Amino acid sequence: MNAPHRLASGGLIDRAQPLSFTFDGQAYSGFAGDTLASALVANGVKLVGRSFKYHRPRGILTAGSDEPNALVELRTGARREPNTRATTAELYDGLVAASQNRWPSLAFDIGAVNDGLSRFLVAGFYYKTFMWPAKFWELLYEPLIRRAAGLGRAAGTEDPDHYEKAYAHCDLLVIGGGPAGLMAALAAGRAGARVILADEDFRLGGRLLAERYEIDGKPGTEWVAEIEAELASLPEVRIMRRTAVTGVFDHGQYGAVERVNDHVPVPPEHEPRQRSWKIVARRAVLAAGALERGIAFGNNDRPGVILAGAARSYINRYAAAPGRRIAVFTNNDDGWRTAADAHAAGIEVAAVIDSRAEPPGQFAALGIKALTGAQVSHVHGGQGVQAIDVVDAAGQTMKIECDALAVAGGWNPAVHLTCHLGGRPVWNEPLAAFVPGAVPPGMHVAGAANGALTLAECLHAGVAAGAMAALECGFPIASIMVPSAQDEASAVTPLWHVKESRAKSFVDFQNDVTIKDIALANQEGFSSVEHLKRYTTLGMATDQGKVANVTGLAILADVSGRVIAEVGTTTYRPPYVPVSFGAISGHHRGKDFRPVRLPPSHRWAAEQGAVFVESGAWLRAQYYPRAGEKDWLETVNREVAATRASVGVCDVSTLGKIEIEGADAAIFLDRVYTNTFSTLPVGKSRYGLMLREDGFVMDDGTTSRLAPERFFMTTTTAQAGRVMQHLEFCHQVLWPELDVQMVSVSEQWAQFSIAGPRSRDVLRKLVDEKYDLADRAFPYLATKEVAVGGVPARLFRLSFSGEMAYELAVPARYGDGAIRAIMAAGEEFSITPYGTEALGVMRIEKGHVAGNEINGQLTARDLGLARMMSKKKDYIGRVMAQRPALLDPDRPALAGFKPADRKARLRAGAHFLSAGAVATAGNDEGYMTSVAFSPMLGHWIGLGVLERGPERIGQRVRAYDPVRNGDVEVEICNPVFFDPEGARLDG
Amino acid sequence: MRIPCPYCGPRGNDEFTYLGDATVRRPDPAAPEASRAFHDYVYLRDNPSGIHQELWYHGGGCHAWLVVTRNTRAHDISDVKLAAGGKP
Repeated sequence: MNAPHRLASGGLIDRAQPLSFTFDGQAYSGFAGDTLASALVANGVKLVGRSFKYHRPRGILTAGSDEPNALVELRTGARREPNTRATTAELYDGLVAASQNRWPSLAFDIGAVNDGLSRFLVAGFYYKTFMWPAKFWELLYEPLIRRAAGLGRAAGTEDPDHYEKAYAHCDLLVIGGGPAGLMAALAAGRAGARVILADEDFRLGGRLLAERYEIDGKPGTEWVAEIEAELASLPEVRIMRRTAVTGVFDHGQYGAVERVNDHVPVPPEHEPRQRSWKIVARRAVLAAGALERGIAFGNNDRPGVILAGAARSYINRYAAAPGRRIAVFTNNDDGWRTAADAHAAGIEVAAVIDSRAEPPGQFAALGIKALTGAQVSHVHGGQGVQAIDVVDAAGQTMKIECDALAVAGGWNPAVHLTCHLGGRPVWNEPLAAFVPGAVPPGMHVAGAANGALTLAECLHAGVAAGAMAALECGFPIASIMVPSAQDEASAVTPLWHVKESRAKSFVDFQNDVTIKDIALANQEGFSSVEHLKRYTTLGMATDQGKVANVTGLAILADVSGRVIAEVGTTTYRPPYVPVSFGAISGHHRGKDFRPVRLPPSHRWAAEQGAVFVESGAWLRAQYYPRAGEKDWLETVNREVAATRASVGVCDVSTLGKIEIEGADAAIFLDRVYTNTFSTLPVGKSRYGLMLREDGFVMDDGTTSRLAPERFFMTTTTAQAGRVMQHLEFCHQVLWPELDVQMVSVSEQWAQFSIAGPRSRDVLRKLVDEKYDLADRAFPYLATKEVAVGGVPARLFRLSFSGEMAYELAVPARYGDGAIRAIMAAGEEFSITPYGTEALGVMRIEKGHVAGNEINGQLTARDLGLARMMSKKKDYIGRVMAQRPALLDPDRPALAGFKPADRKARLRAGAHFLSAGAVATAGNDEGYMTSVAFSPMLGHWIGLGVLERGPERIGQRVRAYDPVRNGDVEVEICNPVFFDPEGARLDG
Repeated sequence: MRIPCPYCGPRGNDEFTYLGDATVRRPDPAAPEASRAFHDYVYLRDNPSGIHQELWYHGGGCHAWLVVTRNTRAHDISDVKLAAGGKP
């Protein structure tokens, strides 16, 4: 059984493929080739939603992505998407949709009371209300506003689909697959250019799908199929359907979203739901067509009021009648085509109300009742059109019964993409429309988007633009004929609103902006078009005012006594249509938000049951719990105690590592470090401090001299990339004359710290016998290229923990083997793997600064490292570090802290106040940077910076932490808590 | 935006890091008034509307520092050279 408004024949739907769907729980049927909107029209469903502010009943206004009213919640469960335009949702079997913004039901919505309160809810009302009493804001007004805001509901659960991002390159990107776009793609494609033709619809053809035009003597849709077939046969041409080009960016880059699987219930396995594209095109042809506008008159928003071009779309493409008795209100020739097409489809046409005195002659033969010089002033019917009031030239009003009203207000070229790089459209008086002004470099505009409103002009312009673009890309002009199309009438006499109307006349349907709002904005001084937009919210809804903008500013011109060219227009910004967050994120969500970097021992550490911590993009072992340990503190204490008692091993591969070599490598290092490296003997390492040019500490690390002209630098994990960039800046920009080369080898070396009194014993079992590791042959800070089981390795005697310690580096691909070999060699000494926590505890016990102290706000002097600042050479940051404010003795300086009550816990981030001082920023004397529980001391310890800290050892201050309710009295002490003489370095 | 790297060809700007004005020169640290000169070098920058010579680092590619001549209004890039001079 056919849906009540489905025409018996015709349309581009596939009647052999019936589909079932539901809307607001009611079951309906449609066909393949329908959109949700066209299927609803075919089923006679007029009411599809409630407007944002006034909750007025609304119906389907358009047939495309410019739809302001028919926003539905599509699908259910985790795939539910709010604010989906029914006009672009392809119908599939089992589709479930629901209306939005109404309670308890679409037909009976309590929110409609707002319509009655409309005089208090005019444009800008929220600037004048919700202010008194002040305490009501948080308790009442804000919660109410939050509930009222928005239209649809997000799914609230994780999206089960996945999304992709892709790149494409081409000579010519054709935006729009209508007559102009098809010809442009063909002209360039035949010339041999690499062409991408993108259209947001699921079929090519543009307006040809909605009209009964003939091209070259055949139906437009047949002509489209032929052109499409030829394009598909050209190997360098790529057709992308369901792909909206959403933005123009610099240098020929375009953004697009391909709705790969929006039209099926579940994407096929391994396919994305949507794909976002970055298309790099040498040239582009914008053939985006034109968008129809309406006319503002009383109750012009009633369900059943539809744009005339959209009515033809439903009748011709979808064989769906918007009504049984249609009236047409037009100010241009185009509206008559709707009457003609309705008539040809057997739909009764009540009348054509043409605001002009003279209707176009070619439609006279149809015998349709014409009321010329007349205007529709009012629509009767609450939830659907029942009748209209027509005012004639003499001022007489008559009532005409009808159940649908097609409105033809003229066409606006779709200039949006021409504005994305700052171009402004230009008002064209004869066309009564804005046309492209300055366009982005490399873009040609063709067809209706350029103001060419007849089919013949579009075909011609498409060929010219495509051929020109191909020529500009170096391809010869191909042989191509402009197909013939009848010239159609296209005259327009602008009419923006009907002055006789009394009821609300809507301009922006989605944001409920009426002509009264525009007049109010002007009256209150918001008469610039930019102010109009923001004050009334006209054009700011999800449809970006596609139907409303030009009408709105034309009315503004009218009420403010200016011409449209003077008022101008606001600009357009990407995206042209709403883009899902899924398409924007692509694969980068959840744990794939960014790549995970795994140190070489990761698999082994996971086998040990290590707990991992994110350190930038790295996943590092934080600690290695053993069965029976009740918490991380117990584990970490064990790791520290065991390392200091015997030996421990820690993967420190994440540190930045840079090879620096050349005749001037030593000079280069002298210039980037505060201390001197040209004096470093071969075979030794030295701790180095690096400043920013503004005098603050940037990074620290150790650099080793492997040969007279070969150095190996390490940086902190966090700053590895930053330091590499800095060194390359210094070399390439500051001192290109230096003979030095550098390369990052961070990922080329696995590096393990082996620390503790038995560390040398372990190394002796690992390193090939010929290398002498005795203290005299390999003292503290020595470095040597060695071998482990024949594998080339490097050994550094360095200590972050304060114990006798080494760092052993092997090529990264041996890292897994190395950790297992280290553990095997260390087994007889009860070697303990330790993670970042224990690493941190031990360095804090020794007062070594690390990332928490190198926070970008502290100087070398603040950190007690002024002695490392050479006076004999210049280096980056030296001059600015001498600024008087940075030499101020009252600057917070590094000290150690112990809780006065040894059982108390310390927290990093606490701020220091003197005893008795009120807790204000003015009395803030510094802050705690790092804390740890020290198993060696048996209580918490901390490092921090405090005004004159080093001079106040023995005194007490408050460590104040109001965010976590902390307030602990602390004793200031030397930051080296454990083994202050450093005797343990020798084992 | 796309930047034509002399080594790598035109690449998306996500491969690059922007630093700023390429025409400032690190002052002579030994000169009298060095402190003032360094202050200006570190903190003060002109902000021209129009042609700007600026430093970009191809961190996501060949690691070259580039001097790019770009129009700050229209973004068109009229010249790119290696900061270190010479040719690729």
